[in-house]
Amino acid sequence: MIKDRSIIKQIDKTIVYLYLALVLIGWFNIYASAYNSDHFSIFDISQVYGKQLLWIGGAIVIAFVILLLDHKVFNSFAILIYALSILMLILVLLTGKTISGSKSWFQIGSFALQPSELSKFCTNLALAHLLSSPNFSVKNTKHKLLALFIILLPTAFILLQNDTGSALVYSAFIIVLYRKGLPSRYIIMGLVAIFLSIMALLFDQYIIIAAIAAITLILFLFVFKLKRNTILPLLAAFIVSAGIVLSVDFVFDNVLEPHQKTRINVLLGKELDLYGAGYNVNQSKIAIGSGGFFGKGFLKGTQTKFDFVPEQSTDFIFCTIGEEWGFVGSIIVLAMFLGLIIRIIQVAERQRSEFSLLYGYGVAAILLFHVAINIGMTLGLLPVIGIPLPFFSYGGSSLWSFTILLFIFAKLDSSRLKLF
Amino acid sequence: MTQDKFSDRKNHIIAAVVIIGVLYVARLFYLQVIDTSYKVSANRNVLRYETQYPQRGLIYDRNGNLLVYNEIVYDLMVIPVQVEDPDTTELCLVLGIDKTGFEQRILNAKKYSSMLPSVFEKQISKETFAYIEEKLYKYKGFFIQPRTLRKYPKAVGAHLLGYVGEVTHSDIDKDSYYKQGDYIGVSGLENTYEVELRGIKGLKIKMVDVHNRYVGMFEDGKYDTPAIGGSNLYTGIDIELQEYGERLMRNKLGSIVAIEPQTGAILCFVSSPTYDPNLLVGRVRGKNFKELSTNKYKPLLNRVTQGQYPPGSTFKMANSSVALQLNVINSNTMFSCQGVASSPIRCTHSHATPLNIYTAIQQSCNPFQYQAFRAVLNNKDYKTVKERYDVWRFHIMSLGFGKAFNTDIAYEKSGNVPTSDYFDKMYGKDRWNSLTIRSLSIGQGEILATPLQLVNYAAIVANNGFYYPPHIVEAVGNRYNKTRFTSQKTYTSISADNTMTMKECMTEVFEAGTARAYATSKFTQAGKTGTADNPHGKPHSTFIAFAPVEEPKIAICVVVENSGYGSTWAAPIASLMMEKYITKEISRPEIEERMLNSNLIGND
Repeated sequence: MIKDRSIIKQIDKTIVYLYLALVLIGWFNIYASAYNSDHFSIFDISQVYGKQLLWIGGAIVIAFVILLLDHKVFNSFAILIYALSILMLILVLLTGKTISGSKSWFQIGSFALQPSELSKFCTNLALAHLLSSPNFSVKNTKHKLLALFIILLPTAFILLQNDTGSALVYSAFIIVLYRKGLPSRYIIMGLVAIFLSIMALLFDQYIIIAAIAAITLILFLFVFKLKRNTILPLLAAFIVSAGIVLSVDFVFDNVLEPHQKTRINVLLGKELDLYGAGYNVNQSKIAIGSGGFFGKGFLKGTQTKFDFVPEQSTDFIFCTIGEEWGFVGSIIVLAMFLGLIIRIIQVAERQRSEFSLLYGYGVAAILLFHVAINIGMTLGLLPVIGIPLPFFSYGGSSLWSFTILLFIFAKLDSSRLKLF
Repeated sequence: MTQDKFSDRKNHIIAAVVIIGVLYVARLFYLQVIDTSYKVSANRNVLRYETQYPQRGLIYDRNGNLLVYNEIVYDLMVIPVQVEDPDTTELCLVLGIDKTGFEQRILNAKKYSSMLPSVFEKQISKETFAYIEEKLYKYKGFFIQPRTLRKYPKAVGAHLLGYVGEVTHSDIDKDSYYKQGDYIGVSGLENTYEVELRGIKGLKIKMVDVHNRYVGMFEDGKYDTPAIGGSNLYTGIDIELQEYGERLMRNKLGSIVAIEPQTGAILCFVSSPTYDPNLLVGRVRGKNFKELSTNKYKPLLNRVTQGQYPPGSTFKMANSSVALQLNVINSNTMFSCQGVASSPIRCTHSHATPLNIYTAIQQSCNPFQYQAFRAVLNNKDYKTVKERYDVWRFHIMSLGFGKAFNTDIAYEKSGNVPTSDYFDKMYGKDRWNSLTIRSLSIGQGEILATPLQLVNYAAIVANNGFYYPPHIVEAVGNRYNKTRFTSQKTYTSISADNTMTMKECMTEVFEAGTARAYATSKFTQAGKTGTADNPHGKPHSTFIAFAPVEEPKIAICVVVENSGYGSTWAAPIASLMMEKYITKEISRPEIEERMLNSNLIGND
C-alpha cells in the first residue's frame, strides 16, 4: 500500500468512513447486548464482543488486500469466482454443519464459515460481468434468462440448505436488472403480486377475486370506454391476478412450514402467540419501544442484556440501538445505513465502466435488502427473516462478505480514471 | 462509458431508499415516542418488586414486660417455571410429603402463576429451615422467605390482645395498603391499633433476566425504600395480675376487669373461659379457630365488653346517689323494711328496720332502694313522671352506664338504661310510675351493664366523682407519647360529697356487710356484692370493689356467671385480686385455694 498511495487518495472517503463508523458502532452494541460483568473487558476474546474484534481486524486486512489487487481481476475472474462459490454451496450441502435448522456452515476448527454469505458478492460480480458484456441486451430473451440463471442458481442451493432468508436476498438483484433497463412493468407487476398475496392472506380468496373482477369491469367501462382491443389484455390481467390469489392460498396451506405460517400470521395480526412465533418480535418491539426518545444509555438496556430478546447480538442487534440509544440513536444509525446506500448509488453513477456501475448497484441492492428486511423485522413491519444487519450483526462470515462486497466496489471506484 | 438512457432510474431507486427511510423513522417514532406501553412491558419483564415486610409493633405491659413479640418463621417458596426435575426425594422426606403431594403443590402454585413465587410450605420450623437451607441450592426455583409471627410469652390476655389473620377481600378493597396474603389485626388491640402496629412496608426493586434469575438491583437500589417497623404499644396491663386473674377464673364463666382509678388504665382484662393466644397464630390458626368458635362455652366471646348483665345490687349506690344528689333523701333519711314480707319489693334477708342509707347498702336492702327511687320519681321539682325519670336517667348515664366508652377497647357493648319513651311505648303515655318500673331501683329489669361499666363505676366512687374512660393503651411508639384517652378526665353529675357517702357505704360492706368475710388487716377495701337474677339459671355472682379505701390504687369488677350469691364467688375473687395487686402476695391461702379449685362450669 505504501507503493501505491494513490489508492488511498482515490478511494471514496464517505464510503470508508461510514463503513468504519458502522463497524465500530456495531461492535459496541454487540458488547452492550452480550455484556457480561464477569468478562467486562470489551477485548475479552472468550466473549462474542472480543471475537467480533478479531473479525473486524480480519475484515480490515481483507479490505487492504482488495485495495492492493489489480482492479481488472474482478471483471476478468468474475465467472471463475462465481463458479467457485457455487462449488462451495454444493460442498456445504454435502459436508456442512447444521446450525439452527440451516445446513449452511463449514466448521473449521472453532470457527464456522457460511458460504451463502460469500456467494452474494460472487453472484454480484458474475451478474455485473454478464450485463456489462458488450453484446448483452435486456430485450433478448435468451440473455434475460441467462441473467436470471446466474441469480437463481445460488438461490436454489441456498434454499436446499433450508436458509430461506439468505435465499430471499437474491431477489434484490432485480434492482440491478432494473437499472440495466428491465422494463418497469416487471417491477409494477411484482409489486402488484406482493400486494395481492398479502390481501389473499388477510381476506377470503373469493372476496379478493370478486374485488379484482369488479375493478377490471370498472376499468373496462369507464377508463377504457368499452374499447374492444382492451378486452383481451384486461381478461388476461384478471386471470393472472386471480391465479396469484389462488396459488398464494395453495402455497400457504400446502407448501409453507408451520413456523413460517405462524410468522406470517403473527405479522398480519391474525395470531398473537406471544410465547411462540410472536415472542421474538414482541420482545424486540418492547426493547426498541422502551428506549424512548433518548434511550436508556450505554449498557443500561435490560431487554437485550438480560436475554429477553433472542439473537440479540446477531439478527436482532438493532434492538440494542433502539433500547440504549432511543429514537435519536436509531435514526442516526438508520440514516448512516441509507446514506451509505445512496452514496454507493451516486458513486456507481460516476463510473465509466458499466461493470463497475452495475456492480455498485448490486452492492447497494444487497445492503438495502438486508437493512430494510432486518430493521423492518425488529420493528414488527416485516416477517421474521433471519438475515444479519450488515457490519453490525455478530459473525465473521457476514462481516467479511459485506466487507469484500463493499471494498471491491471501493477498489473499482478508486480505479475508475484508469482506462480499461 | 456513454450516457445510457436509463440513468434517470437512479432517481427512482434513491426515492425508494428515501421512502423506506421515512417509513421506518415514522415507525420508530411511533414505537419509541408515541406509544409508551413498551416501557411498561420492558419493566414488567425485568423488574421484580419485592415487598419488605415491616416488623409489627410489640406490646408491653405497665412494667415493661412483653405481652406480644414477633418470631421469625420461614416459608418455602417456589417459582414453578424454574423448577427442574431433580431428585426430589430428599426434599419430600424433609417436608414429610410424597411425590404426588409434591406434584400437587407445584400444580397449585402454577394455578396462581408460573412466573411468580407461591408458598410451597408455610412456616417451616427452625430445625427444618436449617436443614433445607443447606440443600436448597440443589432445587432450582425454590427459595426461603422469612416472615414474622406473633408470639405470646405468657400466653395470657387473648381477648385483650386479639389476633392477627390474613386479609379478606373487603380489607383489600378498603385500604390499598393491603395485598393478597398480607396480615391484619382481626380483633382486640391488634385490630384497634392496626395502623400503628403494622408499620410501613418497604420495597426492593430487583432485576431478573429472561429465566427469572436475579441479576442485580435496579439502579443500584436508588428507588428502594426500607420497611419501617410498627410502633410499640405501652399498655396499663399488669401481666402478673392478668395471669393471676386467668388462673382464678379457670373453670368458671365470667370476667374480671380492673382499672387504676386515677388514670382509667386497665390493669387486667380477663374473660373466661379464655384460650392460649398462641393457638390463633400461624399454620394451626384455622383448625384452632374452628374448634374455639364451636365450643359451647364460647371462649371467643369477650365477656368484659360484650357480656351485658343486670347489675343487681351493685347498682344500688348509683340509684341512692341520684336520690341524694336530687335532695329527695339525705344521709339521715330512714325507710322501713319488712324483710321478706316487704311489698312491692321484697328483701332477701332480715335486718334492722327502719334503716338509713349506710345500713341499707351494707345490708343490701331492696325496699330502701325502691323508696329512694320512688322519691326521685315523685320529685315535685318536675311536673311529670316522665321528666323525673329522665332526670334520674341523666344522672345514671353520667356515671358511665348505658353507653360505650369508645376508647381503644374493641367490640364494646353499650349496656342499657331504658328511655322514658321506651316505657311510654311499653305501658302507654302517663300510665307508668315508680311502682311500674320499680325493678330498676335494684339493678334488675331492663337495665343492663357490662363489667367494664361496673368497674368504671367503682373507680368513680374511688375517685369521689370523676373518671377517666377505661382504656388499655397508655402510650404509642414511646412511653411519653400518651394516647388521648389518658387525658379525658370526666366529671359525673354526682357531687364529690354524695359520692363520698357511697364510699363510706361500700367500706361498710367489708366491715359489717355481705363481704365482711373477705376483710383483711393488710389493706382496706370497699365493695358491693350483686346477685343478678338470671332467667337462664342460677344468678350471676357479681362484685365491684376498690382498695385501699384511703388512696385507691385499684378498682375491680368480677362477674361469675350462674354461680349464685355475689358474696360466695365474685367477692373473694375480687378481694384476692386486689391483694395480689397491692401487696404482691396472698395472705389468705385458704380462700385462694377454694377459688382456684372450684369448677363452676356445668353446675346448673
